[in-house]
Amino acid sequence: MIREFGTSDFLFILFAVRWTLLLSAIAFAGGAVGGLVIALARVSQNRIFSGLALGFIRVFQGTPLLMQLFLVFFGINIFGISVTPLLAAAIALTLHASAFLGEIWRGSIQAVPGGQHEASWALGLGYLDRMKSIILPQAARISVAPTVGFLVQLIKGTSLASIIGFVEMTRAGQIINNATFEPFTVFGLVAVFYFILCWPLSIAARQLERRFSRATAR
Amino acid sequence: MTERTSGAAAVRMEKVGKWFGDFHALKGIDLEVANGERIVICGPSGSGKSTLIRTLNQLEPVQEGRIFVDGMELTGGDRNVDAIRREVGMVFQSFNLFPHMTVLENCMIAPRKVKKIDKAEAEKTARHFLERVRIPEQADKYPAQLSGGQQQRVAIARALCMNPKLMLFDEPTSALDPEMVKEVLDTMIDLAQEGMTMLCVTHEMSFARSVADRIIFMDRGEIVEVAPPDRFFDAPEHERTRNFLGQISH
Repeated sequence: MIREFGTSDFLFILFAVRWTLLLSAIAFAGGAVGGLVIALARVSQNRIFSGLALGFIRVFQGTPLLMQLFLVFFGINIFGISVTPLLAAAIALTLHASAFLGEIWRGSIQAVPGGQHEASWALGLGYLDRMKSIILPQAARISVAPTVGFLVQLIKGTSLASIIGFVEMTRAGQIINNATFEPFTVFGLVAVFYFILCWPLSIAARQLERRFSRATAR
Repeated sequence: MTERTSGAAAVRMEKVGKWFGDFHALKGIDLEVANGERIVICGPSGSGKSTLIRTLNQLEPVQEGRIFVDGMELTGGDRNVDAIRREVGMVFQSFNLFPHMTVLENCMIAPRKVKKIDKAEAEKTARHFLERVRIPEQADKYPAQLSGGQQQRVAIARALCMNPKLMLFDEPTSALDPEMVKEVLDTMIDLAQEGMTMLCVTHEMSFARSVADRIIFMDRGEIVEVAPPDRFFDAPEHERTRNFLGQISH
């Protein structure tokens, strides 16, 4: 029952790109919120907050993303709550992104010179104003390039969601390959689609890095 | 503990002690500064002079003794720390302007966020003080576009926008090219002549001689000698002061 690779197969894979994009967008948006919380906890004076944040980062950086996906997908199902592959993948990737973005942004916050904190303390600015108006805007510039770099990793990382059965680009490729058995064509095509998504981001990351390294030279 | 004694000294330090780990940075500091007084603190590097003025707005917390600023006890809780920081302006060696904000925004941020002053009023105040430090035309530039001397004058204007009762200067000219030292010192002299209470850590001895009411000499975390400029330079009492003056004058 093997058939030729045709236009409809091409379109099937092409339309699966939106699921890859959706999953990436959810994980990135959720990871941005989680990452900000983790980063702020990490740099806080409160030992409990910073310890918890450190533990969170260590766990998610020290285990494979695939295990995190398995744990969320099968783990939640064990408790009798059924989760769809999309939900499980979204949760796991959000946690994963929170840890990595949290660590990137912690570094960026700490790269803001100490004199900036001192000047804002001396002016009497409170924690929220200090972070919002002084520290985070400067940390954001420093973090743009590594953040975009991580987004590339995240997009490629969504391919693992295929293993728990979520039909994004990679899973779509597997399905087509099972029917056509033309792995080189099929996975070559899938790889090209990933490349088209990621390559412009890589270029953007490099250009942003160059721009900001010039801007922060004081 | 927020009520204050009337006619209180601008600063009172009682037996203040401070350690950095094992290093005893300030030892039994007793000091009283009257309103309107201009104090210059000098001493060799590592003597604790910067640490001393940094304790006055709690950039450095102390481990023993009591500190009062304008009658409020700094060592008496966080609420007092916030109140005191609103009344104490500070100028740093490395300027510490906010690089992502224009000169005008640098001057407006604290009045707007801390004192909740509306934008038009804050801008008026900012332009007024930029005029006073003689750089009104730089208001819309970013700090990186200014010379060191101009940046330090912006930093002074930024502190003045909070209408502080006390100004702290932590080696304000040490990071400047020699030709820019004078413009910053002139700004400080103007301020002194208007009656601002000032504590300045500086190596500019001509400034100390002409502006200071009293000069404090520190060494190894202690106040060694306190004297008016004439006596300090011409007839210092202590051997350590004489050694220090001998090293810096030539």
